[in-house]
Amino acid sequence: MTATEQHGAPAAFGPMRRKEDARFVRGRGSYVDDIVLPGMLHGAVLRSPHAHARITSIDTAAAEAHPKVKAVITGQTLAGLNLAWMPTLSNDTQAVLATDKVRFQGQEVAFVVAEDRYSARDALELIEVDYEALPAVVDARRALDADAPVIRDDVDGRTDNHIFDWETGAAARTEEVFRDAEVTVAEDILYPRVHPAPLETCGAVADFDKVTGKLTVWETTQAPHAHRTLYAIVAGLPEHKIRVISPDIGGGFGGKVGIYPGYVCAVVGSIVTGKPVKWVEDRSENLMSTAFARDFHMRGEVAASRDGRIRAVRVSVLADHGAFNGTAQPTKYPAGFFGVFTGSYDLEAADCKVTGVYTNKAPGGVAYACSFRITEAVYLVERMVDVLAYRLGMDPAELRMRNLLRPDQFPYSSQTGWVYDSGDYQRQLALAMELAGYQELRAEQRERRERGELMGIGVSFFTEAVGAGPRKHMDILGLGMADGADLQMHPTGKAVLRISVQTQGQGHETTFAQIVANELGIPADDVEVVHGDTDSTPFGLGTYGSRSTPVSGAATAVVARKVRERARIVASAMLEVSPDDLEWDGARWFVRGDPDQGKTIPEIAFAAHSSLELPDGVEGHLDAQTVYNPPSLTYPSGAYICVVEVDPGTGGVKLRRLVAVDDCGVRINPMIVEGQVHGGLADGVGMALMQVIAFDSDGNCLGGSFMDYLLPTAMECPSWELGETVTPSPHHPIGAKGVGESATVGSPPAVVNAVIDALRPYGVRHADMPLTPAQIWRTIQGRPFRTDLAIT
Amino acid sequence: MMPGMQVPSHVEYERATSLEHALTLLAGPDARALAGGHSLIPMMKLRLAAPELLVDINGLTELSFIRLDGDELRIGALTRHADLLGSAVAGEYFPILTDAERVIADPVVRNWGTIGGSLCQADPSEDLPAAFAALRATVVIRGAGGVRTVPVREFHVGPYETVVGPGELLTEVRVPVLPRSSSAHLKVHRRAGDWPVAAAGAVLRLGGPAAAPVVEAAGIGLTAVGAPHFVAAEAEEFLRGRPADEESFAAAGAIAADHCRPVADQRGPEDYKRHLAAELTARALRQAAARALGEA
Ligand SMILES: Cc1cc2nc3c(=O)[nH]c(=O)nc-3n(C[C@H](O)[C@H](O)[C@H](O)COP(=O)(O)OP(=O)(O)OC[C@H]3O[C@@H](n4cnc5c(N)ncnc54)[C@H](O)[C@@H]3O)c2cc1C
Repeated sequence: MTATEQHGAPAAFGPMRRKEDARFVRGRGSYVDDIVLPGMLHGAVLRSPHAHARITSIDTAAAEAHPKVKAVITGQTLAGLNLAWMPTLSNDTQAVLATDKVRFQGQEVAFVVAEDRYSARDALELIEVDYEALPAVVDARRALDADAPVIRDDVDGRTDNHIFDWETGAAARTEEVFRDAEVTVAEDILYPRVHPAPLETCGAVADFDKVTGKLTVWETTQAPHAHRTLYAIVAGLPEHKIRVISPDIGGGFGGKVGIYPGYVCAVVGSIVTGKPVKWVEDRSENLMSTAFARDFHMRGEVAASRDGRIRAVRVSVLADHGAFNGTAQPTKYPAGFFGVFTGSYDLEAADCKVTGVYTNKAPGGVAYACSFRITEAVYLVERMVDVLAYRLGMDPAELRMRNLLRPDQFPYSSQTGWVYDSGDYQRQLALAMELAGYQELRAEQRERRERGELMGIGVSFFTEAVGAGPRKHMDILGLGMADGADLQMHPTGKAVLRISVQTQGQGHETTFAQIVANELGIPADDVEVVHGDTDSTPFGLGTYGSRSTPVSGAATAVVARKVRERARIVASAMLEVSPDDLEWDGARWFVRGDPDQGKTIPEIAFAAHSSLELPDGVEGHLDAQTVYNPPSLTYPSGAYICVVEVDPGTGGVKLRRLVAVDDCGVRINPMIVEGQVHGGLADGVGMALMQVIAFDSDGNCLGGSFMDYLLPTAMECPSWELGETVTPSPHHPIGAKGVGESATVGSPPAVVNAVIDALRPYGVRHADMPLTPAQIWRTIQGRPFRTDLAIT
Repeated sequence: MMPGMQVPSHVEYERATSLEHALTLLAGPDARALAGGHSLIPMMKLRLAAPELLVDINGLTELSFIRLDGDELRIGALTRHADLLGSAVAGEYFPILTDAERVIADPVVRNWGTIGGSLCQADPSEDLPAAFAALRATVVIRGAGGVRTVPVREFHVGPYETVVGPGELLTEVRVPVLPRSSSAHLKVHRRAGDWPVAAAGAVLRLGGPAAAPVVEAAGIGLTAVGAPHFVAAEAEEFLRGRPADEESFAAAGAIAADHCRPVADQRGPEDYKRHLAAELTARALRQAAARALGEA
């Protein structure tokens, strides 16, 4: 079946072409930088060249004298407005513009507003800042040393760089299992700092209307409602006088969840000048100062029996959070959902400790499609399973097969308290092995090893916990993670769906229309999806952590069902039967026993707006609203297999194949699902083989441009081979589980496991990402280097 | 690098209508030739370069050519990477150029970036300077005072520095055609389109019987490993008169590695780059020999 055959068909789930692509492929998208307002001014941020330094003075006189400069804002200006610091999403504070010290290279120090971008940039060079350089904390493993400089001396009484300790699982029980285990393995594993690097960098256009007192901000944000509430709280502006608009967004990946100083500066700039102010950062600013991801220094341990039963997993983590604790995650989960490090296996015990520390690096921590640290957890456990397979001399696929949860174990309560909803893991892994031709690949590998050639086969199996989340347990800065949906039905049966989540490329305008279409038996083309504008959408926390379909998709199905129930009453008046005598056939309410007597939603919608007499107490129209508070999370899973070849003379890797069998429950639009998987696989290739934001000993960022921070190209990506299994989520209204981050989570361990497997003849058990040619060659020599520091 | 918004500072722009016009404009204060702009414009955005006047030479179509002239291949300075990559005559005589072009940047850069710009940029990691050095090419430089030719091995005087003076333009590159010779270029990069971690080019002229060929002359170019003038002179010297075999090539690689001065950066540590100098030199020699003997 081709993608177009289903276009607009009433049975609405299927590979429908994305509605939004019509504007994107014609260059008619409208991004923040496309917004042009009359009299608009342009802002530029002066950034710190130092990773750690005291500011002794800032002289802005020459910049202010520039003929085209309208305002120069410093931390001092902001302090007068009580805006020099702002809360982060983790209840820490972050400097908007530095007042006392700079704490990472690229930190915001001053903001210039000028008539054009060029003048604003020129004026930055006219600002004189005197810095007194301080030693920088660059290596997270040194952050808690007694003599480490204290980064956050802005906080009263702070004498070290410790942020939090967090534990999950059962330490004593785990220790017991380890003590009597036949086999134990341990490995230090780094998931280095990476960056989501969206095509569109961050930016804002702020327009404060002095007459109405209303502030409108166009922003690159994945969470417009949360931003509005935060602006209200931080700036003391009334919430109904703030409108946040998230227009088309060119990729988010978690990097556009938080509020950046530049946004606040644009707002202040507009208030100060009385003119709209645009600020759009460039690529280096984006890479150096916006939310990074990972930076988890992990030690994993596994206890097992000699015949390959995985009994317990223990992990300790040092989490580098940068200079401000700005991770976006539910309040009770300082290490996100790292608790799923128990993987997809039936364990006897598990235990984990995470310590968060400050370093002189950019803040952030949850970004780049990580499902709240599930990326790190999956990488850890899937690497460790391979380390165990190596130790036992077992095939890694076979070892996994032996330990995967069985279908009859669902719902399954993990050793860290997560309740996995559904899955059929063995079938999923078997399908991946069949698609890959696993046994033939192993045979080929044996032959080639005999010829001295390095070929590797890597397997990973992951389970994610997505769709945050039940409001009782999950909130961000006190805002519960439930999302609203409003569905308005026009008299002609056309619908307008308003949702709180915001697409950054995931195709919400199509998928959500298909959900409504499926519930109401109308074409998806008849459903307009409105999102990204706080003035015209219901409250909700936005799109990240693969939560749109699990949460807002559920809200959408529920609100459409409400409309359908209201339509039933109207239909009963039209057909002059009791509502109880009506049945829904997917497109019509019809009279039970008399199928010719029925009414479609468009017919009913018109009647609901007409002079038709309705039963007492029944309102006209069909519109409905809902708020969906998820009862639990959903648990997508995946079985990935990667095949590589390694050139021992150069350390170069050729990625031959990548097979991905995903189970994200019911697929609403399989084409969009596959697109999400394709993108995530490419992400994984990037992280596994080439990406890292490293720092030198002075804290200089070594990944501040696309010359240094590499994105994979078509040349590095094989033709992806996809498969699927479908185990619907039992508690989701349409059985969908979310897929936005699956492949980003699952592919790095598959690729790394493949490379390490290729290096087996050298006795290599582990090496840290990114596996660049240099790192692979050094690993072969038995001398891998720290990838998070400058190469020396 | 000082993080700052990437917009260039003020600059004047003139489009040269003839070579003479270009040379006159370039004689002015702080004037800079603009060819493909793929190196110059990014430097201007980062404010690492801030010329007062950009002299756009893209209209000088007479500088865009590839032709065989006697026993020389002549390549105009304004020839695009893509043209050199697609050139049958260059590929026939100098596979090293095709090999190099295939791994330089990406199609977008290759469609507009020029051979002259590549040489004049004098980036120590650029591929073409090494390839032309291996080929012992000469370059032609024009100024108000006339024309001079300079061996490419004397053209680069340091990182980002060449012998081209104010008011001068590089107009062409000339490569001598040698009988019974062939060449190859090999590069290791972290990702397609990235600059090399290291790269080596080799040109071999063989003599002796086909069954036991001997190296009559060798040219070895190295890039990104701190080889003076992009050349492995000691290895070239070593090879002359030796059997064109595995043993000689491996030894030449080791000598090349000994004489370069790589520096560690995020592409790799020093020992790895030195290893690559040896490995890639040996491989390039092997491939050049195979080609010269009609085996590849
Ligand atoms: C993304 C990317 C990847 C790249 N990867 C590689 C790679 O892998 N390997 C590699 O070797 N290179 C690579 N390059 C560099 C590329 O080959 C050069 O940037 C480009 O070819 C330079 O040529 P240009 O015509 O664009 O020069 P320009 O940018 O126009 O000029 C460069 C310099 O040369 C001067 N100049 C130009 N022409 C003349 C002339 N005729 N006479 C005197 N001076 C002149 C200019 O004034 C300027 O100083 C890459 C570039 C990019 C943007």
